[in-house]
Amino acid sequence: MAVAKSSVGKSKRKNAVLPYLYLLPAFLIMGVITFYPLIYQVIISFTNFESKHLLLGLKSPELEFIGIKNYIDIFTAALPVENFNFFRVLEFNFWWALSNVMLHVPAGVLIAVLLNTEGLWFKRLYRAAYILPVVVPPLVVATVWTNIFDERYGAMNQLLTTLSMTFFGGTEPVYIRWFEDVTPPIPGFLPGAPLTLAYYAMMIANFWLGWPFMSVVATGALQSIPKDLYEAASIDGATGSQQFWGITVPLLRPAMIPAAVYGFTLSFNLFNFVFFMTGGGPARSTELLVTFAYNLVRNLRWYGVAAAFAVIIFGVALVVFLITNRITRATQNYQEA
Amino acid sequence: MTTQNQTKNSIVRFLNINTSGQTGGRNLPLWRQLLLQLIAIAILASVMFPIMYVVTLSFSSKTTRPSSLELFPKEISFVAYQQVLDKPTGNPVTFIELLRNSFMLSMGVGMAALAIAVTAAYAFSRFKFAMREVLMVLVFIPLLMPAVGLSTPLYLLLNQVQVKECKDGATAIQPFTTCEDGSKGKLQFNLRDSLFGVGIAMTASALPFAVWNLKGYLDTIPRELEEAAAIDGADANQTFWQIVIPLAIPQLAVTFFLGFIGHWQEFVLTWLFLSQPKDYTLAMTLYNMTGQYANAIPWNRFAAMAVIVALPVAIVYIALQRNIVGGLTTGSVKG
Repeated sequence: MAVAKSSVGKSKRKNAVLPYLYLLPAFLIMGVITFYPLIYQVIISFTNFESKHLLLGLKSPELEFIGIKNYIDIFTAALPVENFNFFRVLEFNFWWALSNVMLHVPAGVLIAVLLNTEGLWFKRLYRAAYILPVVVPPLVVATVWTNIFDERYGAMNQLLTTLSMTFFGGTEPVYIRWFEDVTPPIPGFLPGAPLTLAYYAMMIANFWLGWPFMSVVATGALQSIPKDLYEAASIDGATGSQQFWGITVPLLRPAMIPAAVYGFTLSFNLFNFVFFMTGGGPARSTELLVTFAYNLVRNLRWYGVAAAFAVIIFGVALVVFLITNRITRATQNYQEA
Repeated sequence: MTTQNQTKNSIVRFLNINTSGQTGGRNLPLWRQLLLQLIAIAILASVMFPIMYVVTLSFSSKTTRPSSLELFPKEISFVAYQQVLDKPTGNPVTFIELLRNSFMLSMGVGMAALAIAVTAAYAFSRFKFAMREVLMVLVFIPLLMPAVGLSTPLYLLLNQVQVKECKDGATAIQPFTTCEDGSKGKLQFNLRDSLFGVGIAMTASALPFAVWNLKGYLDTIPRELEEAAAIDGADANQTFWQIVIPLAIPQLAVTFFLGFIGHWQEFVLTWLFLSQPKDYTLAMTLYNMTGQYANAIPWNRFAAMAVIVALPVAIVYIALQRNIVGGLTTGSVKG
């Protein structure tokens, strides 16, 4: 250990080198498995890279540099792919992440508040049960919900049939084609990107998956709010809802904002879930940027286009990261905190 | 926003929820208690609905698809579990192999990411140095690039490492040595088509989260301890190994476990890279049992598989719940 042996006189220089030594392993590894592929990806995004070039890579003699054609093709929907429009997918992707977080956070907070009510019976039972969706891997959740929304044998249509027959006197079994129907049930809800039934099915499944985590975070934060605040507020005559908006919400905010940001980025790239539930269908209406990128690589095998697409995703994610980083200040260091 | 606030307001007022969790106590009025119980039970029902559905299916011996909704098992049959354990898919791979592959992959990636991330997290948490912000952004780059975005170059890169048996009986390790007779040789091992190679590729996406999660925790460890150690004559390395690491063990465990769960369900890279059934993982098998490939799979078998994939993760998660949630929030709640 050269560093340990260095004399006191060199200690200043030693301290200047030390952090880089600590960073060395991570950057060595990342150099090979992250930065090299990243640069490679940028290079082939300007080529017509296809399956036949896989053997020789960049050394392939017939590999052509075609400039920004791949990018133009993606943006102008000139790819020979049915139902693909980059900006519609982008809009849907943002809406998907945003609409999820907008539902999960308030629901999580309200349910946490409900369970925090003093004197509520079976509180521990509820807390234990409500955590279950968090502990099941999303992949399993997606596959199970795929079967629940199965149009012929799925539990959702069966549940709706039972409800309609018992309460509304229905005679016909409910038969909703959750993953097939391409007509949006609420036309014009999101201008430019029609939301099909598959979107609502995914929202239901992801709501089941998403709110409990928010509730767990909110519960932790609720329990750290000093109780004297509420006592003082009630002495001053504040009502329940005044206390909720004046004390609970502001004090939950520092915990909920990072959780919401985390939820947003998670939903934004929720590959496993979306891919296992709808595969992006029907008619690519639930396609996210990541699932389309996967299709380009796995099914269409247009590696050049896929690379350009990956670079675009990177750009989009960078913008999202810079904005959310502003919000959470994740890169703030110890001294500045 | 205002309308949303108003609706929430009215909900709070309507339920008269006491957000403080303080007063009221035993004298929560009965009607309100019953109302809250009703809501809590409704939520409970919605939470339990898919779980009961899949558990009921898994205990069924019927291979036909369910014709009506059943949420409570009418019979407890382990036929489906037995079939899944005996022969999980049409591929020549046993359940034990699938389990082992999944386990080794998640374990390896979790450990590797942790080992590499911990020193980096320490550097970011404790030192001020030139380029700090830039380097930190660089570490977070893979978060911006989903695994599939780097898959092609990683495929090509890992594909170059191959072990071949030459015609003359010698072994060539590409890209370092090639067969002397210039022949292509017989492929013995391809890093790309192996769990080890996929593990390397997966580590790329596991690192940033590990660094972020550990740094957040290290930030909360008081510096006074390290300063005291320095006064006692400990150098930076001793401080790191003997003071910081022991204090960070709970968070190391949580970070490892979150990496483990995240990659327990890894699908993209395994599906793109692995071609031999003996390397398949549980997540890949589950995909084979659902969606377009699933027409021939009885749902009771699918349900049993889903329960099996979920169970190990669920059990450990529940056991470590407190630490995980605490860990996630210390990692994020700042400023």
